[in-house]
Amino acid sequence: MRRTVSADAIRLAIPALSLAILLGAVFWLQPRAMSYIGLNLLFNLAVPIALATIAQMLIMSVNDLDLAMGTFVSFVACVTATFLSEEPFFGVLILAGAVAVYAMLGVVIHLRNLPSIVVSLGMSFVWAGLAVLLLPAPGGQAPEWVRTVMTMKPPVAPMAIVASVVIAVVAHFIVMRSSLGVLIRGVGGNQRSVERAGWSVLAARAAAYALAGVFAVLAGISLVGLTTSADANIALRYTLLSIAGVILGGGEFIGGRISPIGAVIGALTLTLAGSFLSFLRISPDWQIGAQGAILIIVLALRLLLNRLENRDKRR
Amino acid sequence: MRMVDRISRAPWIWSWFAAFLVWFATIMVTGGASTLGLSQAALTFAAFSIIVGIGQMFVITLGPGNIDLSVPATMTLAGTVALKLMDVDNAMILPGLITAILIGIAVGITNYALIKALRIPPIIATLSMSFIVQSAAIWTNRGLRIKPPSFLADFTTSTTLGVPNVSLVALVISVIAWFLLEKTIYGRWISAIGQSTPAARMAGIPVDGIRFITYVFCAVLASLAGYLLACFSGGAALNMGTEYLLMSIAVVVLGGTAVAGGDSNVPGIWGASLFMFLVVSMLNTYGLGAGFRLIMTGLIIISVIMLAGGRQPGAR
Amino acid sequence: MPKAIIDVADVKVSFGAVKALDGVSLAIMPGECVGLVGHNGAGKSTIVSVINGGLSPHQGTILGEGELIARFGINAARARGVRCVFQELSLCPNLTVLENTRILHRHLGGLGWRKRAKQVIERSLDTMFPGHGIASDRIVGDLSIAERQMVEIAMAFSDGGIPPRLIILDEPTSSLDASLAEQMLAHVLRFVASGGSVILISHILHEIITTASRIVVMKDGRIVAERPAEAWTENGLVEAMGSVVKGEAHRRAIRDLAEAPVVVEQIGHGIPFRAKRGEIVGLAGLAGHGQTDMLMKLHASSGADWLPRRDPAVTFVAGDRRLNGVFELWSILKNFSVASLGDLASRGVVNADAEVQRAGEWKQRIEIRTPNMANRMLSLSGGNQQKVLFARALATRAPVVLMDDPMRGVDVGTKQEVYEIIRQEAAHGRTFVWYSTEMEEVCLCDRVYVFREGAIVAELAGDAVTEENILASSFTGVAA
Repeated sequence: MRRTVSADAIRLAIPALSLAILLGAVFWLQPRAMSYIGLNLLFNLAVPIALATIAQMLIMSVNDLDLAMGTFVSFVACVTATFLSEEPFFGVLILAGAVAVYAMLGVVIHLRNLPSIVVSLGMSFVWAGLAVLLLPAPGGQAPEWVRTVMTMKPPVAPMAIVASVVIAVVAHFIVMRSSLGVLIRGVGGNQRSVERAGWSVLAARAAAYALAGVFAVLAGISLVGLTTSADANIALRYTLLSIAGVILGGGEFIGGRISPIGAVIGALTLTLAGSFLSFLRISPDWQIGAQGAILIIVLALRLLLNRLENRDKRR
Repeated sequence: MRMVDRISRAPWIWSWFAAFLVWFATIMVTGGASTLGLSQAALTFAAFSIIVGIGQMFVITLGPGNIDLSVPATMTLAGTVALKLMDVDNAMILPGLITAILIGIAVGITNYALIKALRIPPIIATLSMSFIVQSAAIWTNRGLRIKPPSFLADFTTSTTLGVPNVSLVALVISVIAWFLLEKTIYGRWISAIGQSTPAARMAGIPVDGIRFITYVFCAVLASLAGYLLACFSGGAALNMGTEYLLMSIAVVVLGGTAVAGGDSNVPGIWGASLFMFLVVSMLNTYGLGAGFRLIMTGLIIISVIMLAGGRQPGAR
Repeated sequence: MPKAIIDVADVKVSFGAVKALDGVSLAIMPGECVGLVGHNGAGKSTIVSVINGGLSPHQGTILGEGELIARFGINAARARGVRCVFQELSLCPNLTVLENTRILHRHLGGLGWRKRAKQVIERSLDTMFPGHGIASDRIVGDLSIAERQMVEIAMAFSDGGIPPRLIILDEPTSSLDASLAEQMLAHVLRFVASGGSVILISHILHEIITTASRIVVMKDGRIVAERPAEAWTENGLVEAMGSVVKGEAHRRAIRDLAEAPVVVEQIGHGIPFRAKRGEIVGLAGLAGHGQTDMLMKLHASSGADWLPRRDPAVTFVAGDRRLNGVFELWSILKNFSVASLGDLASRGVVNADAEVQRAGEWKQRIEIRTPNMANRMLSLSGGNQQKVLFARALATRAPVVLMDDPMRGVDVGTKQEVYEIIRQEAAHGRTFVWYSTEMEEVCLCDRVYVFREGAIVAELAGDAVTEENILASSFTGVAA
């Protein structure tokens, strides 16, 4: 009994610990960040990244990988900044269609037993192309309501943090508590056993992809709410950020072992890493590199803790 | 008949066929006026994706999950550092080349060290590495655009007997790659690892050593491509590698190499690289913009993988 | 007269050229426990797959309650209360026990399903294995093998909307210790007495005789005998199964290997492992108790992961061909030569002529039945693929051959041929370390180590290598 608690706890403890340490370091370097406005600035871009990370996590829960996350979020951003604000009806229709395309990708990948990496690679060209067609040059306008939601100033904690908590809770409920979530993770863990119980693995995978599509759409919309305008390359980094976020949050590439709360924490950590590095006055040249280094350090830390855990188990 | 049968079953034939079709469609529009120019341009631009693609192909042959995402960053860093070192001096060409290759070796070693030491999937290891390499490139570049030595600039942009020099370099590398894959123990071993790593290990193959060499090989080819590309385009730019990330994977897949690993295909890389360039120029000739070009590229990749996915793996 | 829960009639199934089922008819009545015995590859697993709806037969009919079922599939079977416990783990390791319960019981959904699932599984576990100590919110991957199997069995007997009516148990006791196995078999008897039906597959024959009400013997895809359990004895069953090699007949003369040098050694907890030159050492015990791990350790300790070795110390013959034996994209030739490429190449370049010649010699020597070694590996039957793997290992110069239950699913004729080759090679000084799940194979060995829970608990040599001794140590042995 005790052992399971610690196994689960460790899975969540590492991301939480990394976030806490990073936050502590930021406050130490820049005490003024320890305020409502400071936190808001630090975590400003966390919401879209967290949503994209949850989307990627859903795909990873069925042992696939989505290399088109960045271009898809960019595409959604372009749709939001153009259609959704000018002709909301068409805008919604397009976004619903995009989610349907995601579900279809799940179906095709399952039926033809295709490598998701390559299919999503192909899709990334398609989304990028569509985004360029919509907005050949940066521009567009965020719909008023999106802007309002994203710039709300709730009491006690800034919007970015409140929204992250909401995202984590909702995702946790869908993925960890609901029957559908169990089914999706079951496919990732042991597809044959799910099949033998008489479920349609095809439907489960399609549902995982569709859900991922929904979260990615939300990521695109919220991103435009923060930036007010869009361009075709606005979120290209999100492919890598989302994968890194899931891994930082204790998720694994295969086996359906994922944690939505961890994923959101991972996304927050990545967001914070950017701010931390600028506070450190690291030359902007090395900012990206330092992000890579942080990723490596956290993974090394995780390996170390896993080893310790395994040693305990063997005793 | 048997010959026809054999050829139609070779996975590389389709990419060649498609490349030819697009080539033909393009020159028909221009009334044949641009035949030579188009062919030379295709060979030149394809050469870079061929060199990078071959490296990526070796890595992908290692089996599911093996992929090198640090290719673009390595290209940029190698190009930047080499041009800076050579500093327009023809005498420094060789040291520049050696430096570029050393950078490739270093990146490759670190890539595999991360994969092995941290036991993380190659996709994350090479990704983290690419962040660091990219930063190193930004740091060395500092927005300066140093011209390549005149001899190299001439060499990479001119032709020999009508054939672009860079495509000759790509040809030499391709022949070496083909020989490695088809004739040597090393080629057998990477194919075995790609089909089943546990089986390869139990058959006594030094799996770690072979994977290590392959990641280094891929990084070296990327750095070589970066060196040539920087000289060809008259200086290194920070975004010069960007398009080669997806391109290197796309040409491998389109060329008929099994995405699941174990089966690689050198001629297919040529067909696919030529095809990728020719599609772009065809769409340009038809007056279609970047958006359509990207969409077409994506749809082509997806259709190819859907067709290939249903095919039985060929007998080898 | 009550109607049969499931009645399969004249069912035929073939995989390629192999006839897995050749006209099998079997009716399961309510309130009976049918014991199913037969050697590996006799078709037990296939008939089970047909009954649980996982495999549609190429010919034959399936009746449920006397009615013909036109589209019999997994869902049709489950709707009739057919459940199956498989040999391999069929739970999702990343989910908790109660989440797995949710996956198994499709009608448990809706708000508050966690509570219901918890009740369902805990009630079943408590009834079957009192004092089991398995919390239902534990992740399956963290449970021990025995605990997983308990959960799996309890889950099959649990009632989550559709009551279980026919439960298929495929080697259910393979990971349970004696007292747990007894608890389980007692529950089977209770279940049957209350009107349920069970199909019990086990290689532990007395289990079958004491638990089943009727025993069916299968051989080569057919039912060869069927009688009430009281009418069977263990010897009778063994005879009916057609035990091809009765250990004693083919027993090797006991050789004096005391003087021979030790070639491999592995010291862990439990009795240390040693094998001498020219010796055939058997690894026995219940499946999954560390034998394969021992082979892997032996391989890893003398293998080379970074640099190629000119003189390999050990070589390996896989049992799970698909997992760690066969290279599916390759020809037979390349599959054969992959382990000995070092001998067939100069300066890293493979000498194609030498390769073809060497392969030709081995094709003759162990009679690989193919017109052309350039054909695809998968064009061969399972037995011939296994022969290629043997040839691959024997063609190397390695003095020690590790064998991971390599005769799984291999036909009798091939087995005999391979046994002969092993004897010859051992006589020439090769050492064989042989893990086998088939008792008569273990009895061919000079010396046997018995495994339990990852450690060697007994060493038997010479005349002491008998089925009774091995079984006794596999169950009673205490992990050191």
